[in-house]
Amino acid sequence: MPDSKKGKEPLLRTVKREEISNKKIALLRIEALLFAVLAGGIFILALGYNPFLIYGTIISGAFRSSMAVQGTIKIMIPLVIASLGVTLAFKMKFWNIGAEGQIIAGAIFASYFALFHSDWPHAILLIVMFAAGILGGGLWGLIPAYFKSRFDTNETLFTLMLNYIALHVIAYLRDGPWLDPGAQGFAKIARFAKNASLDKVFGVHAGWIIAIILVVAVYIYIRFSKQGYEISVVGESHDTARYAGMNVKKITLRTMFLSGAVCGLGGMIQAAGSDITLATSVAGGVGFTAIIIAWLSQLNPITIVVVSFLFSILEKGSSVIQSSYGLSTDCADVLQGIILFFVLGCEFFIRYKFVLRSKGGDR
Amino acid sequence: MKKIISLLLVFVLTMSMVAGCTKKEEAPAADEETAVEEPAEETAEPAEETEEATEETAAEGLFPPVAKEDIKVGVIHLSDPAEGSGYTYTHDQGIVGMQEALGLDDSQIIRKNNIDDGDPTAIETAILECIEEGCNIIFATSWGYMDTCEALAEEYPEVIFSHGTGYKSNGTNFNNYFGRIYQARYLTGIAAGLKTQTNKIGYVAAWGTDNSEVTGGCDAFAMGVYSVNPDAKVYVKVTNSWYDPEGEKQAAEALIAQGCDVIGQHCDTPNPQLAAEEAGVWGVGYNSDMSKDAPNAVLTSAVWDWSAYYTTAVENVINGTWTGENYFGGMKEGLVGISPLSDLCADGTEEAIEEAKAKIVSGEWDVFTGVIETNTGETVGEEGKSLDDATITGGINWYFKNIEEK
Repeated sequence: MPDSKKGKEPLLRTVKREEISNKKIALLRIEALLFAVLAGGIFILALGYNPFLIYGTIISGAFRSSMAVQGTIKIMIPLVIASLGVTLAFKMKFWNIGAEGQIIAGAIFASYFALFHSDWPHAILLIVMFAAGILGGGLWGLIPAYFKSRFDTNETLFTLMLNYIALHVIAYLRDGPWLDPGAQGFAKIARFAKNASLDKVFGVHAGWIIAIILVVAVYIYIRFSKQGYEISVVGESHDTARYAGMNVKKITLRTMFLSGAVCGLGGMIQAAGSDITLATSVAGGVGFTAIIIAWLSQLNPITIVVVSFLFSILEKGSSVIQSSYGLSTDCADVLQGIILFFVLGCEFFIRYKFVLRSKGGDR
Repeated sequence: MKKIISLLLVFVLTMSMVAGCTKKEEAPAADEETAVEEPAEETAEPAEETEEATEETAAEGLFPPVAKEDIKVGVIHLSDPAEGSGYTYTHDQGIVGMQEALGLDDSQIIRKNNIDDGDPTAIETAILECIEEGCNIIFATSWGYMDTCEALAEEYPEVIFSHGTGYKSNGTNFNNYFGRIYQARYLTGIAAGLKTQTNKIGYVAAWGTDNSEVTGGCDAFAMGVYSVNPDAKVYVKVTNSWYDPEGEKQAAEALIAQGCDVIGQHCDTPNPQLAAEEAGVWGVGYNSDMSKDAPNAVLTSAVWDWSAYYTTAVENVINGTWTGENYFGGMKEGLVGISPLSDLCADGTEEAIEEAKAKIVSGEWDVFTGVIETNTGETVGEEGKSLDDATITGGINWYFKNIEEK
């Protein structure tokens, strides 16, 4: 924290904590969750509702019937996949906040086949769409990686900006070349033929099976493969990696392709499984939520499943309280915001602590 | 590694294909509870002066009756009814009116608000939640919900989907409802045509000529203007969205800057009227009586009374007389009308409007009757005949001769 007045210490300053035990970390997190629930409860109370009832409805709304559970799982699928995608890049300390764009790119590539080759045999068409999704997302991820390794550009800004470009590409396709001719001027892309949409398994589109496979695959890849090891070494230090004879550029490009490819696959699944068309909402903020989920899960694929599940419950439950209590959707958003604020704020306190002026404390 | 992944992928695909075949039988079973209905006790008086369709196939319902206490009605709204003036508010007023007329409990209405009609996943989630809550009939109020309704109607044949605007239906559990708002627009055009001093009238339209609903409404408005003031021109500005608060305001401001002194609109917010009020010119509102938003500008508004349809539709479901027919009500049915004329209107407005209104309500004459000249010099329609409903809902892609697109 910069000191504006010379010679005078600020009243409150942040100091990095020494390593604290896992037990203490867990305790801090539980505390944060309690505070979140408490603060959210006060908010609900201020609106004139019973907090217990609302919280209860959030949980029951996500689980009360097989349809509710299916709905929760459906929200969870893209979150898991995109979180896995960004995890690959984050392991390498490559700040890929472009998952949103990579999801969209994958969806666009896959949609081309869904829209214009819907007469192909179902299995072949879907495999081609999967491949297209992977390729689309991968290439979109490759662009910032190339510039980073060639010109040392800032990947955070680069990936972020590519999100908006991708979004506008959909808008362009929707308003122009891919405009649904049957829509009487309403700007939308035609709904995919049944043949080009993902089949449902146990009432939810097959994306959940792919998500499970990806969780296992990414887990094995990061933990046990040589490439996964290379990623962590590059993440720790480029110099060390180079010293060990690794081709940093190649690893960066490869990892970002994979990171984008996983997100792109998620985009294809969202378009062909859930939207059954290509819409500007295909990513719908999932790419950003994925960053939060990946960090909260400390880049562990198994934990990602758990955290995504919690996010999905919150999302699904919020939607139910809106219709059950006539609570506006904005209120549900505020509630989500409050909970996130505490949970994320807690991560700060795991690494840092505040020190008062009089107490001194080492810098 | 990659080989393993791709092998796995292929495996999953084949799995999902096999599993996909079994899905069909599962789907209805999961929702049996929504289909369980006891025979209703004698409910309400039979729907009397409802749509023509019910008269023909009277009492030949496709679904068994539902007891009034057991019926649940789902509503999918584009924004929040609390917006208090535009499209969603007006629809919700219709739902409230239906609820009062039929004496339903609050818990029997499931509202899903702020459902973006460009986000198919959000639409599906909202509709599925209504089905999960046990809704017998779901009103989807916005155009963009159409494709999702169509798909879900097939998947859930025991639930009735009623989609407002749009053009798709399946004749059983997925119908389409809309109204002859163009009749009301014609009357508001008369008020605008008599009021304008610059002979320039602006019109903020949601969509261009591809969209028959918007274009036909704009034509009707312009024809109303022409009927009393052949010298006035109508300038149209398209926002390309049903709901774009900022864009609608800007479009109105641009039209005012070009000299328009009455602003009509076919879009969801009262912002064009607010822009008119701010600039000291006049306007014609839409959806609900917008004089409550801009009392110093609004002459009158083309308004909906959706309760006319919602009451009829829900009554049909309760009585077991739902036929799956599309609904296209007008001024005669009380579905559309104009709000009370404000003091700002020019002298003689009321008389001129009453005269035209009487002809429309009696069925003696309708707006799209006879030969109509377009602004490209072509003609539409035949002498002594009105355009048929299919053309009115889906085939008006031309502007009336006094319209100019900006």
